Amino acid sequence: MPELLVNGAVRSTPAELDTPLLYALRNDLGLAGTRFGCGTEQCGACLVLVDGVPAYACTLRVADAVGKEVTTVEGLGTDDRPHALQRAFLAENAAQCGFCTSGMLVRAAALLAANPAPDADAVRQALEPQLCRCGSHNRIVRAVLRASRESGER
Amino acid sequence: MSTTALPPSLARNPRLGRWLRFRPDGFVDVHSGKVELGQGILTALAAMVADELRIAPSRVRMIPACTRDSPDEGVTSGSLSIQDSGSALRQVCAEARALYLQAAARALGSQTDAIELRDGMFASSAGTTTYWALADDSLLDRDAEGREKAAPATERITRTSPRLDLPDKVMGRPRFIQDLVLRNMLHGRILRPPSPAAHLEALDEAAARALPGVVAVVRDGDFVGVVAEREETALTALDRLRRHVRWRETDSLPDESRMAEWVKAQPNETTVVADVKSDSASRAAPARTLRATFTRPFIAHASLAPSCAVARWRDEGVHVWSHTQGVFNLRADLAIALGVEASSIIVEHREGAGCYGHNGADDVALDAALLARAVPGRGVRVSWSREDELTWAPFGAAMAMDIAADLDASGEVLAWRGDVWSNGHSSRPGRAKTPTLLAAGHLAKPFERIPAINMPIATGGGSDRNAIPGYEFPAVHVENHRVLAMPIRTSALRSLGAFANIFAVESMVDEIARARGEDPVDWRLRHLRDPRARAVIEAAAARAPWKGWAPREGRGRGFGYARYKGNGACCAVAAEVELTHVVRVTRLAIVADVGFIVDSDGAANQLEGGAVQAASWALREAVRFDRTRITSGGWDTYPILRFSEVPDVDVALLPSHEPSIGAGEAAMGPTAAAIANAVFDACGARVRDLPITPERIAALL
Repeated sequence: MPELLVNGAVRSTPAELDTPLLYALRNDLGLAGTRFGCGTEQCGACLVLVDGVPAYACTLRVADAVGKEVTTVEGLGTDDRPHALQRAFLAENAAQCGFCTSGMLVRAAALLAANPAPDADAVRQALEPQLCRCGSHNRIVRAVLRASRESGER
Repeated sequence: MSTTALPPSLARNPRLGRWLRFRPDGFVDVHSGKVELGQGILTALAAMVADELRIAPSRVRMIPACTRDSPDEGVTSGSLSIQDSGSALRQVCAEARALYLQAAARALGSQTDAIELRDGMFASSAGTTTYWALADDSLLDRDAEGREKAAPATERITRTSPRLDLPDKVMGRPRFIQDLVLRNMLHGRILRPPSPAAHLEALDEAAARALPGVVAVVRDGDFVGVVAEREETALTALDRLRRHVRWRETDSLPDESRMAEWVKAQPNETTVVADVKSDSASRAAPARTLRATFTRPFIAHASLAPSCAVARWRDEGVHVWSHTQGVFNLRADLAIALGVEASSIIVEHREGAGCYGHNGADDVALDAALLARAVPGRGVRVSWSREDELTWAPFGAAMAMDIAADLDASGEVLAWRGDVWSNGHSSRPGRAKTPTLLAAGHLAKPFERIPAINMPIATGGGSDRNAIPGYEFPAVHVENHRVLAMPIRTSALRSLGAFANIFAVESMVDEIARARGEDPVDWRLRHLRDPRARAVIEAAAARAPWKGWAPREGRGRGFGYARYKGNGACCAVAAEVELTHVVRVTRLAIVADVGFIVDSDGAANQLEGGAVQAASWALREAVRFDRTRITSGGWDTYPILRFSEVPDVDVALLPSHEPSIGAGEAAMGPTAAAIANAVFDACGARVRDLPITPERIAALL
């Protein structure tokens, strides 16, 4: 069985090597935070980090994640120590339905890792591939800026 | 003591214990019949409960609606949940509080008026007790009587509550229907026909069945599905079915480029929506008549998650988990489609992605029940594909609106005539003798597909919603023509006909005001007496700011206003646009009056979300089709607004002690109108067909 390094732990999955990583995460590893939205890399709901780089789990094969470090939304923070972005999304009520939220958080985490102090335009540009249908965009941008600010203050 | 009339939802479900259960562990379980659609309603209802019971909101547990034990509150739609469920819950809580106060008095040996209640604790000089210590279901095993009064609005609290559902969603914890896992659960997928009128000619199931892990292939007429142990196996099996199927397709769709002609040419049912002549109505011939036709295309719900359901059959019947808007309505249709008694079906709500009306949620519930019937005892989770979602979920109807305004020599309106052509705006389940669920029309013994209907105007209407202008004109005549042919399935989409009707009315009003050389805001104020309407317009103009706005090349500003449904929330929107090679909305200033504000952040969030979605509809969205197939099955062919295109949005709510009313749909129409009027302001192109594209602007210039 393929072994995956997910959120810092080695986990094995009964999935075939050519299975999209998404199904292994959601159905085998119990990590439901990674969402299915389109299956064609068009919405970003399934975004994860692979060796720190955003990747679409809906099309990435399990084989291509083996030997790499996968981070899902569950790996960004814990209940006790949430990621600055998770705290900021809650503080700004930066969602309506919340289905796009995981992908937004993962994309924003990659942005802040590369650029800890982006301006609003940089945030929008980074989030451009991510779709939100509820119209929460402005709140999401505010939440990312808040997370950046509050991380900088610590 | 006098009694008050019960709120309608409570009159239909008077048992107090159906709504509330106090628990010894320090919580109160609240059963609303309304469901979380991503609009934050559970948070707002919990705030109302906390308010009336005098407890902290954290002590309220909102239980998902279920046909087993929830009050039947119909469908969660039409921005009515605060009115319907909120008013019922306030009354229930007022009566429950009084009953528990009496119980506390007995327990403490005190008079009720000597007891103070704070965060669920009853305190008198004799001691203290709590709801939780007194928790006793028999206390609420009685009908509401209307004897107690809910707290008056002046004593209520406007909160800005953190959303109850958000911590799970932000931490990635299972919460959505897509995350629901039953023991031994299987995965299902549906092989949908390629086009609305297609029929199955031949299917070779052998290759799919040969795949290890495939448990069942289900076929019933044109309905085909597969059930597998693993989700990816179901997908592979679906691919194999697709390679071994032959459909017979028929050209059944209208000409996409001539929809206004099409809707007007169909057989229709005509109703007079308004026919009003005031005493001042002039019999003089008008100096001129302004006429225009406005259109909007079919619009997709385009929820971010494809629809999903879980079903499991056991001897006693079937249990269905669904992100439906109405658990009882869905149960009624499932019973007919499955040929079983409603009493043998449990429908339980689970949250889905954002729901903006009647999408595929109910349809996939029947899909799941049909697949699960083949594997009794085992749960089956069925998800649609993105393409299913964008091509098979019901659409918001294409519409054409004709307006003719008779003007006198000074350009004042003498008479207004409106005509609306559209399919009906509701194919919701649970309202007819035949099920409206998608698969019901695909079975070997298909149920007839009935053309979508409109609810009566008294309950909000459908395609005629907001077709009557809210302005004071000497004469108004409006007719609605419900199209009776339905080659493309339509049903309720956020704000129903109001979006297009307000776009049309407010575009026409802009044209009339400008023809007089009058400021469109001043014109509106001159034609409105309702102080709440005037207040939102004045406030939006101030926030825009409207006066003193400096014109610049390629930029324009426009205004839109409506009172949703004619009696709901008043909302005014000022839009600013910039025209380059694209139409970009740079700013929306929105002011609304939603009555007493239960949760200011929740209401603002709904208004902003509605406005951004309306901007997306107005600028980008149209369901595409050729004469056979729906062709906009992906986000590339059905684009929606992205981060770089979303305007700055400024939302303000006017304080009020009037009854609380919904906010989620009020901004949609005014936003589209304000954008269209801003485009005209910027370049002189009066775009009357949605979406407003650079190509349409160029064609007018």
